[in-house]
Amino acid sequence: MTPTSVAGLLAAELPHVAAATGTASLAWLLFVLPAAGALVLFVAGRRADAWGHWLGLLTVVASFVVGLLIFLETTGLAPEERTRELSLFEWIAVGDLSVDFGLRLDPLSLTFVLLITGVGGLIHLYSVGYMSHDPGRRRFFAQLNLFVAAMLLLVLGNNFVMLYLGWEGVGLASYLLIGFYQDRPSAATAAKKAFLMNRVGDVGLAIAIFLLWTNLGTLQYTEVFARVGEMSGGTILAITVLLLLGACGKSGQFPLQAWLPDAMEGPTPVSALIHAATMVTAGVYLIARTHPIYDLTETGRLVVALIGVITLLIGAIIGCAYDDIKKVLAYSTVSQIGYMILAVGLGPAGYALGIFHLLTHGFFKAGLFLGAGSVMHAMNDDVDMRRFGGLYRYMPITFVTFGLGYLALIGFPFLSGYFSKDEIIAASFGQPGWQGWVFGGAATLAAGLTAFYMTRLMFMTFFGEKRWEKLKSADGHDYHPHESPAVMTIPMIVLAVGSVGAGYVLSSGHLLVDWLAPTLGELEEPHGGAIPHEYVPFLVVGFSALGVLIAWLTVGRRTTPVERPEPVSLPVRAARKDLYANAINEALIARPGTWLARALVYFDNRGVDGVVNGTAALLGGSSGRLRRLQTGFVRSYALSMLGGGVLVVAALLAVRFA
Amino acid sequence: MTGGSVLLLILLVLPLIGALVVAPMTGNPRGAKLVAMGFALASLVLTIITWLAYSPAAVESGSRFQLELSVPWIPAFGTSFALGIDGIALVMLALIAVLIPIVMGFSWNQEIPEGRTESGFFALLLTTQGLLVGVFAATDVFLFYVFFEAMLIPMYFLIGRFGGPRRQYAAVKFFLYSLLGGLIMLASVIGLYVVSGTALGEATFSWTELQSIAATVPESTQIWLFLGFFVAFAIKAPLVPFHTWLPDAGAEAPIGAGVLLVGVLDKVGTFGFLRYCLPLFPLASQRLAPLVLVLAVVGILYAALLAVAQSDLKRFVSYTSIAHFGFIALGIFAFSSQSLAGATLYMVNHGITTGMLFIVIGFLIVRGGSRLIGDYGGVHKLAPLLAGTFLLAGLASLALPGTNSFVSEFLVLVGSYPREPVYTILATVGIIFAALYVLWVYQQTMQGPVRGAAVLGALERAGGPGTMIAPEAAAKKGAFPDLSGRELAVLTPLIVLIIALGFFPGPVLDVINPSVVATMNEVGLADPVGGIR
Repeated sequence: MTPTSVAGLLAAELPHVAAATGTASLAWLLFVLPAAGALVLFVAGRRADAWGHWLGLLTVVASFVVGLLIFLETTGLAPEERTRELSLFEWIAVGDLSVDFGLRLDPLSLTFVLLITGVGGLIHLYSVGYMSHDPGRRRFFAQLNLFVAAMLLLVLGNNFVMLYLGWEGVGLASYLLIGFYQDRPSAATAAKKAFLMNRVGDVGLAIAIFLLWTNLGTLQYTEVFARVGEMSGGTILAITVLLLLGACGKSGQFPLQAWLPDAMEGPTPVSALIHAATMVTAGVYLIARTHPIYDLTETGRLVVALIGVITLLIGAIIGCAYDDIKKVLAYSTVSQIGYMILAVGLGPAGYALGIFHLLTHGFFKAGLFLGAGSVMHAMNDDVDMRRFGGLYRYMPITFVTFGLGYLALIGFPFLSGYFSKDEIIAASFGQPGWQGWVFGGAATLAAGLTAFYMTRLMFMTFFGEKRWEKLKSADGHDYHPHESPAVMTIPMIVLAVGSVGAGYVLSSGHLLVDWLAPTLGELEEPHGGAIPHEYVPFLVVGFSALGVLIAWLTVGRRTTPVERPEPVSLPVRAARKDLYANAINEALIARPGTWLARALVYFDNRGVDGVVNGTAALLGGSSGRLRRLQTGFVRSYALSMLGGGVLVVAALLAVRFA
Repeated sequence: MTGGSVLLLILLVLPLIGALVVAPMTGNPRGAKLVAMGFALASLVLTIITWLAYSPAAVESGSRFQLELSVPWIPAFGTSFALGIDGIALVMLALIAVLIPIVMGFSWNQEIPEGRTESGFFALLLTTQGLLVGVFAATDVFLFYVFFEAMLIPMYFLIGRFGGPRRQYAAVKFFLYSLLGGLIMLASVIGLYVVSGTALGEATFSWTELQSIAATVPESTQIWLFLGFFVAFAIKAPLVPFHTWLPDAGAEAPIGAGVLLVGVLDKVGTFGFLRYCLPLFPLASQRLAPLVLVLAVVGILYAALLAVAQSDLKRFVSYTSIAHFGFIALGIFAFSSQSLAGATLYMVNHGITTGMLFIVIGFLIVRGGSRLIGDYGGVHKLAPLLAGTFLLAGLASLALPGTNSFVSEFLVLVGSYPREPVYTILATVGIIFAALYVLWVYQQTMQGPVRGAAVLGALERAGGPGTMIAPEAAAKKGAFPDLSGRELAVLTPLIVLIIALGFFPGPVLDVINPSVVATMNEVGLADPVGGIR
């Protein structure tokens, strides 16, 4: 805890960050537009029911346009001039602590701005159709707008407190939207669980911020990153692990992954935007953003990579066992973010790759969720794939777009996932010693599992017997599968195009990696390691093909029973129970916590308050006298005041004339 | 030592005159309420004038108090009727001035027990206001003591006469507990007087003179004197284990009085730490800081867990407040300008957020007629605005960024960490519990299907005996109505303050900061990170 003085920090030591000019000086519009939309929708109430969704869509699209203009302006600058800051006002200032309400416009944040507002705009459009019959549509758009605004603050902030503002802001939006169907107790519980598990992570983020302030006397990114070297190795390691805890909470990483599958209680567009494409990737953003700290600690990076590896395996294994289409996609998300976390855990060899996979995943996973929503829309909101089957004939656009997203996710050659995931696996194999084998091996294995569970999902949903024909849905209706309206299919088509082409476009000529280099540094090409770079694609494609083959043998060519088969083998049972994550949380935290709280109430009422009342009774001579004191209180009170007054005067006189 | 500004005197006397005017108007409750509101709004205007007249910059050039007024009172004892404010006192005055009209607006149509009058209730509110101004504006220790004890009286009557079923028990407990603390403090006040006699030649109660000799008093003496003040303030604040009167008082007090009790009256305790414990006993404050920090952190975690397990909505709010007071105490005894400013801002913000939480819960109780959490469920279906404002108050209570409480909680924690990392980490864990108790109660009362005895009872009453109308029809019939225009008007200023201070705390921090720096100088400590400007 060495005291530091900001006075010792000379401005000359800081890297040059230009003030934002030109279009970039309008960057505040990026988050103000959706925030204003949310405010209007919240305040206007029912009066806005008729047009609220269009306002919500419009503000996000406008924000996208502003983002695109700033992006285009930035591409015209020399790489070293692409980092600019826009200070709006001084937010919190006490003593030497000065927290700026400021924005940082650099390649990393602008990449996120385009992802958030672009995919966000598409999902807003989709929701116009998806929520058209929902009486709460205006509230939905208000909350979705709030989310976009908070997420933009998260990625645009130029200091750690702004990050925290956005961080908990998206947590709030996520809480509201998971619990959107407030009538359903399961939705309310899932929302609360998400917020609480996120807060566990937030504690880590908060303490990391306190450590930075204590050691560096500043929380502005520019100053912190310029001076990270002043901190001791132990402090740096502690900060990286605490930041990782925050990332685990937000991104559903082990050991805080259990909330994300439950978050599927929210409307499906929410799952697509918040719980697949953007918010849950904030943990990856956090580590990439703070990479100057991670650069200094190999151990810290190793912890990150290990968490990523554990999570990508957990997600892929559990994804194989679920019959709920959204839960399979949710565990797939857990697993894919595990890949991204693994990537940024590889350090300079992986930061940009993590962001690359984040972008392609944003396209294909958002598309898959929208496709799942389209299927649910057609199937009376059912999510049980055992009741689906043969749907490709009834909803061709959904089938094709979903199918392209599926191929992108399993890494079909030359589609998006092929480029981004393979590069992460190749970089993992490129690590020295045991790490190369463990990281690369696990990532390859999980790629095979991914191919298995996604192929299983495809077979159960779109192919095979039409199992729904003989069934009725939960509310007693027949199923009449049909294609969704254009307002829903257009976003799906756009995302499908991205799922196909984004990987190729972004990787050709190192387009993305070079664009991000001013923020994340040059990408270190892996050389040597466990398996040479050029063999990795064959290995991964081989494993994926194996996964597809096994899915064909076990699911595709057999009839799927409508009822879930029981009993099943131990691994399947474990996977169906989320590898016991909820049971462990329940046994270790929830139940002891409840007991403790109850015991404390007893202690407080009987113990602490008992002592108080007992003492009072003793002082009063007996509890009977205390009661009398209560009944004739005003007289007693007057008497005690008089007595007190006499005492005071006597004491003063004694002092005075002693 | 005479003369000066009469602004504070008017601010003190005006509500008391108001009380005298309103109290006899028993036959005209509506008139009484209007007159009372008039006085409250006049006080608000006067407070705004005071705010404008106060110069934060002047503190840096050495004037510790401003708008001072000093009239010899009992010259033989060296005590005078001395008023004056620093930035810390000013923000508390502003908090009172804002809350009183809101409390009156809330209490406008409240049902009061038989044999009591509305004019009496409103007169007691004004009395409380006047005496609280005295507590915060006194710059004479004896005068402070007098106001400190006197403010118990109107609050005693507010709880004991207008409260819930167990009001007598709660009021007496509150009164005796506070009186006991006050008497212990009196011993220290006299002790301080004696010490000043030895040091200055002539004994005095003047805060400024007592502060000037603070550094010369031996540590052992300081510790004894400190403890006398501390116990009184720890009861008032309240810190665990001196807290058990608050859940009873908070639960039995009428909501309006509860807002003042938890929102402002309790802050006298933490204000006392800042104004009396730290500057007058700097060595003892540092020596005993670990003790206070332990109580603070235990309070944060212990009271939060208790809050989770409460079944009574008003006791729930009381326990959340005890947890919040732990944060304030942590900030004060962590001795950095950030943590002290954070604690001061926390005092203001807590008054606003807990005031709002109390009021929204009051609206709920008015509709359902029960204080029990288990009697409510699915209220969002019937009264979405009520549910939404409840959630907003709860989010402010759990210090969500973007609300006022975040700024203060962040400042307390970030400012406490450099000197007290272990306690700060434990306190930070408390933010998980805060999320738990807020969201848990929200889920129980507002989410899920419509249920609970109070809600179903209201629906049944609307549909006639033995029947129960559907929630949609009930909403039309006003069985469990959503917030009315008056109710929204009561909440709107609080909502605006919660959001505005969340993004623009600057104007308040600018007032607080110089006085915090002065307090730091009086303790004799430099900031652990950076240097005091």
